[in-house]
Amino acid sequence: MSEMTEKTMPLWEVFIRSRTGLSHRHCGSLHAPDAEMALQAARDVYTRRGEGLSIWVVPSSAITASDPQDKDALFEPTASKIYRHPTFYEVPEEVGHM
Amino acid sequence: METPLFTYTLRLADNALVLGHRLSEWCGHGPMLEEDLALANMALDLIGQARNLYSHAGAIEGQGRSEDDLAYLRDCPDWRNILLVERPRGDFAFTILRQFLYAAFMHPYFERLSASKDETLAAIAAKSVKEMAYHLRHAGEWVIRLGDGTEESAARLKEALEDLWPFTGEMFEVDGVERALIDAGIAVDPAAIRPVWDATIDHVFGEALLARPRDGWMQTGGRRGEHSEHLGHLLADLQFMQRTYPGATW
Repeated sequence: MSEMTEKTMPLWEVFIRSRTGLSHRHCGSLHAPDAEMALQAARDVYTRRGEGLSIWVVPSSAITASDPQDKDALFEPTASKIYRHPTFYEVPEEVGHM
Repeated sequence: METPLFTYTLRLADNALVLGHRLSEWCGHGPMLEEDLALANMALDLIGQARNLYSHAGAIEGQGRSEDDLAYLRDCPDWRNILLVERPRGDFAFTILRQFLYAAFMHPYFERLSASKDETLAAIAAKSVKEMAYHLRHAGEWVIRLGDGTEESAARLKEALEDLWPFTGEMFEVDGVERALIDAGIAVDPAAIRPVWDATIDHVFGEALLARPRDGWMQTGGRRGEHSEHLGHLLADLQFMQRTYPGATW
């Protein structure tokens, strides 16, 4: 998109809470002139098959993302800490599905 | 001989199908992907309403005509839609403004029709009122943004309004066919819709910085089968398959 269009039709990130899910999940993005129109566009683009019960739209520019180049510094240190995974406990049968 | 209830139901159905077809002409041509889908969604709402209404009309008539027979095998003089909906699709401002003018009328109309003594009409109206609420909201928000947008969008919207306004009067017409049905509690009296429609128009036009035209001479005739040349071209497109391959199914 041209710069002019990017200014008048900024990008929005869309989050939908589905019928089955508990939390809103990111499902895609779209262009819209403002929040109200972004909400309507999200309804038209992402809930056409009854996917959702609630919609959030967030200006993409409001999102601060981690730098892929920091991947090692951010995520590598956890790889050696397997004791953080709760795999060493035996779950009593009465507890059922956790 | 058409009964009043058949004609009345056909008028509602024809409005929905013709406008739905006009919206469907945007499919693949929308100004942006998001709006392309929005227009197609609204088209499908209207075509769905038309299908229900045609089925009901066919049952009222009792001659065995199906929804497809009514949609595909009638020629221009037998169509009962208002002239507003058959105007060519125009540009985006024209399409959106027409959708707004129509939805601002049909939303409160269906609200009242959902209390009709005809149970099928009431049920169709109760389903359709939610769809028209969204059309009204979507088209209304666009009217505001186009009117209060750029110089070009405001100019195009103003031009569309000058074209469309003379076609709004037909929505409020009542003839003998409808008077009896209104008195019987089956049809809705459009006079009751007028104040709601006026308030919606004034509110949105105010936000859109759009001057409401004076009510002058209004176009009329569609509901009696007197149509513009545009309906013929629309039907040529809509009915082509059934006219060329009668009885074809897929």
